[in-house]
Amino acid sequence: MNIGTRKILDRSFTAVGLTSILLMALALLVVVVPIVSGGIGAIFFKGTIEHRKLQLREFDNGNREVLDRQIAESEPYRQEVFRMLDAFAAELETFEPTRKREYSSKVSSVKDIVSHLLGPVPGEPEPILLRFQYGTTRWEKAEESLHDLMFVTKWDTSNPEEMGKQYFVPRVDEFAGTSLAALFPYIEENLEKMLLPEQTFYWGFLTERSLDAHIFGGVWAEIQGTLFLAIGAMLFAFPMGVIAAIYFTEYARENVFTSILRSANSTLAGVPSIVFGLFGLAFFINTIKVSDSKSVLAGSLTLAIMILPTIIRAAEEAILSVPKTYKEASIGLGSTKWRTIVTVILPAALPGIITGGIISLGRAAGETAPIIFTAAVSVGATIGLGDVLTSPTPALSWNIYNLASEHEAANEIRHVQYGMVLALISIVLLLNLSAILLRARISKKLKG
Amino acid sequence: MQMTAEAKSSNQSASKSGASREIFLPPERDRVKDGGKPHLSAKNFSIFYGDFEAVKKIEADILSKYVTAIIGPSGCGKSTFLRAINRMNDLIPSCYTSGSLMFDGEDVYGKYTDEVQLRRKIGMVFQKPNPFPKSIFDNIAYGPRLQGVKEKKVLDEIVEKSLRKAALWDEVKDRLDKNALGLSGGQQQRLCVARTLAVEPEILLLDEPTSALDPKSTAKIEDLIEELRGSYTIAIVTHNMQQASRVSDYTMFFYEGDLVEYAPTKQLFTNPRDQVTEDYITGRFS
Ligand SMILES: Nc1ncnc2c1ncn2[C@@H]1O[C@H](COP(=O)(O)OP(=O)(O)OP(=O)(O)O)[C@@H](O)[C@H]1O
Ligand SMILES: [Mg+2]
Repeated sequence: MNIGTRKILDRSFTAVGLTSILLMALALLVVVVPIVSGGIGAIFFKGTIEHRKLQLREFDNGNREVLDRQIAESEPYRQEVFRMLDAFAAELETFEPTRKREYSSKVSSVKDIVSHLLGPVPGEPEPILLRFQYGTTRWEKAEESLHDLMFVTKWDTSNPEEMGKQYFVPRVDEFAGTSLAALFPYIEENLEKMLLPEQTFYWGFLTERSLDAHIFGGVWAEIQGTLFLAIGAMLFAFPMGVIAAIYFTEYARENVFTSILRSANSTLAGVPSIVFGLFGLAFFINTIKVSDSKSVLAGSLTLAIMILPTIIRAAEEAILSVPKTYKEASIGLGSTKWRTIVTVILPAALPGIITGGIISLGRAAGETAPIIFTAAVSVGATIGLGDVLTSPTPALSWNIYNLASEHEAANEIRHVQYGMVLALISIVLLLNLSAILLRARISKKLKG
Repeated sequence: MQMTAEAKSSNQSASKSGASREIFLPPERDRVKDGGKPHLSAKNFSIFYGDFEAVKKIEADILSKYVTAIIGPSGCGKSTFLRAINRMNDLIPSCYTSGSLMFDGEDVYGKYTDEVQLRRKIGMVFQKPNPFPKSIFDNIAYGPRLQGVKEKKVLDEIVEKSLRKAALWDEVKDRLDKNALGLSGGQQQRLCVARTLAVEPEILLLDEPTSALDPKSTAKIEDLIEELRGSYTIAIVTHNMQQASRVSDYTMFFYEGDLVEYAPTKQLFTNPRDQVTEDYITGRFS
């Protein structure tokens, strides 16, 4: 090959490599940017007065006096709305029966939207579900509701060849000629005065429990569940994995038994996680009955089995990479094998072992399948440390899936899903970051 | 397997076993107090890696408190023999021995010998300096701590004494808590000597302790050996003929696993009995 071709090959390889890296970065960006911006929206958003009411009443957060003043400030505008509705109710009575029926159904959708915006309309029975006791807490949701109020969504199905087309009709037209026609421009004009949106920094999203199945409140129960499960898995898997690695590297003789164990370990590392989930259910819950049904304990054990091979491998590699001279020096000074392992080999292997451990911790935190059958519930209270042996827990990974796919109001609480995703990613990233830092620190100490 | 090995070496035994036991004490002025008793006695001692007999039927005594140099071309089994003395070869699964090696009347490879205790009495310094990635202090204190010494004051004393013996104290006394890997190669090697001395061994095995060092550090280590001569029984493997003649009282010459010649150093270098020895020390091969 002459210099010319070699250079061309070099250049084209560089180009191909760069392109693929750029593509990957782009794909990552496409995924990460919406997650981050959506997730930040769960914490940092324009909150309405309803958000502040909820915070004060349910979590005792916030300043009561300021809130009272704001309520007093917004109340006249709200009263005007309710007055218009009352007036229309009276007007409705004067209508002839068919017209009355037609308008009462129309006005009831208006009332629904109004109560969704502002909270329960006076005179209606006190709602039982928390989600109906407060109006819209987030301003962007309020704007969506306002749009629903202003326009009726209709479907054009005139062309049977095509899908129906959505179009909007101003709702005010439906009430043309009645007293309620004035309501629509009034609300459009004054919604901001009724809801008083403010830029809100809602830390509580991370530290407070959820209310009414994530319609309001935070995701602490999920975060805590994730931490319990991941740390629990670590408590089992880390010591076992390190001990197994020590056995493999220092004690095992090379024979058939050892090589079977080794290949079993590598195979285990490649088993799909759902299989571990089913195994956990069949073994930990149904066979040895560590708990009556799903529990943090059963989930941790299942996750532990799943991450064990990774920990073993990482620890094995770390131990093998300790220079043999350390061992010789220690043995030569009259140390026993065990003492050498504890005082020389493990400390030197520690950075690698810890890195493997924390990466596994991150994996345990993120896995969904192993905990579906063994530990996770979709909606649950925050559990105490004393309940981990018997109680199931919500957990980020599983609840992200659950909220997105099975929640009755999945569309209403997208911000919660994004927030959970962001929380999960942050946890995993933080764990990895701490692994890197810890590793660097220990390596530095070892190198002097 | 052992049968073949024995058969093989019995052919050569005529040429070699005659030489091995005739060891004379050095002239009066070079003698050391209480020295000269057989500290290690090898009888018919062979070392194998699997089928391969790396050291063949050694018959020799290593005398107490003297310095014995082990020389010979690369691959002749010097390290193997040295490591066999304190059973470092136990770390190599395929390695085993036959015959006997006695240390102070105790069989090194005896069934009831505690090899861990043995290694405390027979210390070793390796070719490449191998300090632990710990502080200088912890390196030296490692051995004493193994033996249960915990008191800081006692450890302080041991550390200082060992470092002084290894002629390193003045260079490191202000940074005992610094990582030992920050020392220069020569300092590291002297640290390893000090670390071994801290265990208070009777025998010091040095496997090419200066081959990784610059001339200045080498001179320091040689001075150190001179210093320790008379207090410890020392066996030193070296490729450097000048070094062997400078530091040792006796010299063993190994060739392809055989102990070809073993004599007082002066005699071996000035008047070798064996042709191969002569060829080697005159540099006709290496
Ligand atoms: N772990 C081992 N397994 C098998 N054979 C080995 C092993 N270590 C050494 N040998 C062999 O044993 C013989 C002696 O090796 P040894 O290391 O004792 O030589 P040496 O005299 O110290 O050489 P050098 O001067 O190069 O250090 C060599 O032929 C070597 O290949
Ligand atoms: Mg060698």
